[in-house]
Amino acid sequence: MPSPADIGQFALIAALLLACLQATVPIIGAARGKSSWMAVAVSAGQWQFVAVAIAFFCLAYSFVTNDFSVLNVASNSNSQLPLNYRIAATWGSHEGSLLLWTFMLAFWTAAVSRFTRHLPNTTVARVLGVMGIVSTGFLLFMLTTSNPFTRLVPAPLDGRDLNPLLQDPGMVVHPPMLYMGYVGFSVAFAFAVAALIGGRLDVAWARWSRPWTLIAWTFLTCGIAMGSYWSYYVQGWGGWWFWDPVENASFMPWLVGTALIHSLAVTEKRGAFKSWTVLLAIAAFSLSLLGTFLVRSGVLTSVHAFATDPKRGVFILCFLSIVIGGSLLLYAWRAAQVGLGSPFELISRESFLLSNNVLLAVAAASVLLGTMYPLVIDALNLGKLSAGPPYFNTIFAAVMTPAVFLIGVGPIARWKRASLPELAHRLGWAFAVSVIGALAIPFTTELKPLVRLGLLLAIWIAATGALGLCGKLKGARLKSLPRGYYGMQVAHLGVAVVIVGITVVTGYESEKNLRMNPGESVQVGGYDFRFIGVTNVFGPNYEAVRAEMAVFRNGSLILRMHPEKRTDIVSGNSLTSAAIDSGVFRDLYVALGEPADQSGAWSVRIQYKPFVDWIWAGAILMALGGALALTDRRYVTATKKQRAAREAA
Amino acid sequence: MKFAFPLVLFVVLVGFLGMGLWLDPHLVPSPLIDRPAPEFTLARLDEPGRTFSPKEMQGKVWLLNTWASWCVSCRQEHPLLVALSQAGVVPIFGLNYKDNRGNALDWLNEMGNPYVVNVQDTDGRVGIDYGVYGVPETYLIDKAGVIRYKQIGPVTLEALEKTILPLIRSLSR
Repeated sequence: MPSPADIGQFALIAALLLACLQATVPIIGAARGKSSWMAVAVSAGQWQFVAVAIAFFCLAYSFVTNDFSVLNVASNSNSQLPLNYRIAATWGSHEGSLLLWTFMLAFWTAAVSRFTRHLPNTTVARVLGVMGIVSTGFLLFMLTTSNPFTRLVPAPLDGRDLNPLLQDPGMVVHPPMLYMGYVGFSVAFAFAVAALIGGRLDVAWARWSRPWTLIAWTFLTCGIAMGSYWSYYVQGWGGWWFWDPVENASFMPWLVGTALIHSLAVTEKRGAFKSWTVLLAIAAFSLSLLGTFLVRSGVLTSVHAFATDPKRGVFILCFLSIVIGGSLLLYAWRAAQVGLGSPFELISRESFLLSNNVLLAVAAASVLLGTMYPLVIDALNLGKLSAGPPYFNTIFAAVMTPAVFLIGVGPIARWKRASLPELAHRLGWAFAVSVIGALAIPFTTELKPLVRLGLLLAIWIAATGALGLCGKLKGARLKSLPRGYYGMQVAHLGVAVVIVGITVVTGYESEKNLRMNPGESVQVGGYDFRFIGVTNVFGPNYEAVRAEMAVFRNGSLILRMHPEKRTDIVSGNSLTSAAIDSGVFRDLYVALGEPADQSGAWSVRIQYKPFVDWIWAGAILMALGGALALTDRRYVTATKKQRAAREAA
Repeated sequence: MKFAFPLVLFVVLVGFLGMGLWLDPHLVPSPLIDRPAPEFTLARLDEPGRTFSPKEMQGKVWLLNTWASWCVSCRQEHPLLVALSQAGVVPIFGLNYKDNRGNALDWLNEMGNPYVVNVQDTDGRVGIDYGVYGVPETYLIDKAGVIRYKQIGPVTLEALEKTILPLIRSLSR
């Protein structure tokens, strides 16, 4: 009887063959108008999904059953590892995460083949064909340089254990979420490339792409928020965003994806921005691929770069050149035919949305520049440099302030042609409310201009949102407005909440790093922290030193916090497990450093972080907005119509 | 040709990425190369009552190999180390990194023991001094106690024949 790892290996090879079939036959068929060739796309895509799913579950099974004869399992798991982390370890390694990537891609392929039956055959064939090309690349990459099923002879008795940083509940769901988003942009990309190949970019194309892009964006938003939360509470540094290359790799597609959602809306409703929308669709997925390249090749070192191998880098770079270079070449060749779409005036909703789009693209480009800059400087032999948070923060504040301002203006302005005096008249009140609100909100500590600006922008979004809603409701009932509209409002409100979180925590957080003797007290952010002492505790696969910190407010005890310093028994790696007390208006954060000497004194880091949870709450609101927009009647009826048409046929 | 602009931008980017690959930070030599090997005194694995320190190897060319019984790639390089010690070219010392003594001794019994002496770096402190970022890693130390070469990852036949052995020959002269 073959072992699951062997079955997985065969499934992966079968998937590669199916992907090759899916990448070639349907596209040729579409060009020659042979419907039997085009029909191959759907079955090849669905069988490919089955094959990749088998491979994925075989790997997961090998992890769950501790099959250490598989190199990947031996290097990333251990018999002492709890079951949920053994499952998460399936995508904890380089090979496993690639398999997850491919699995997601196959999942999207199957979904597209299932839900696009009402589309013209040539479109479906081309879309699935393009996804097949991407899938072929990834499967080939896996089988040639990073096979997850490589066997180990003789098999070791036990494994090396999962990186302790990855042993966290957040890690169980974070990568799948992120990859769903990353890879989800492949659908919009495939639709764009298919449209370019066909040479026809009509409004229908934008309508078909929209829900797919929205789903991908929603997942990506959740994934990024989780990643940020994970680094906040696991890595023990108390920061929530580090402008780390890997974070940037997920943030760039998000920025461009956000622009794409808005641009698609304009293309669908007004037929404008066609070539720009196509470019954004190509860019969003290209940046996802680039992110994969940056993380997996080791070109940029970062805390996340768990796997590095130049051979892999060369492969991904060639693959990137073919996929991205090819699609941009196609764009350069065909975009002129596409045309610019319907005209609009300088003062119109179109041009506000376009400006916002450009700002988001500039933001993504500056993140790309900051991420690539050290590499470029190094490649030109100008020394070793790194663009740190000061660069990113400055650029971001500058680019996002006008972008956020436009969030307020765009939805209120008229399509095609708006009148500036009328806009100023309608928005004047909202602006006055924002200024007064931003200045009136009291804070106990000193006045910080940037925090006030952040509050102003947040209130601006809320006020203009309310204004827009009131305008829409004149003569209409609450329920008659489309869900898409509410989705937009909720997502924009999410942006406001994120802004409050970021500006307040940046402006008013306080931190102390100090050595504390048992019994000693220190005041941080209006709270008194008393260090009681440390004890030793044991977990399932680690041993730890646990400290006790009593927290007082105005002299009365409000809680006890227990930060830990854990040592993984198998690998010997140590990990700080910070104690965090979360609240709506503030987080208290205590992390244990090193023992100072034999006297029982420890170095500790204590942080007071006002409003920090608003950052993630806002991100969740944005994702909820995306999900709400997906339930819009238009998409639901489209599916119903499709079903009815199928039943009729 | 404004529509070709993104393509041009991408080609430039690919150029830099391609150059970046050959500047792989992992190929940058360890900062410890041509520096004195960090000093330590650690308990021996076989007889924890006795200690070993690099000072004792003053005037000799030797290899310091970091390994652990939990390390998978160590199994891969081990036969090569055993062969090397049997050939008697160079004395090999072992730094048993973040390991359990019982497991380590079992492992040596099973796989063969190429080491003159093994020391226990249970908490990994010495590993930090040596800049170990993953076992196995192997250091070639010269007569003056200076690190002359560092092999990251398992010792391969290729690395041995092309780099390590020629270097040992020239250093022993």
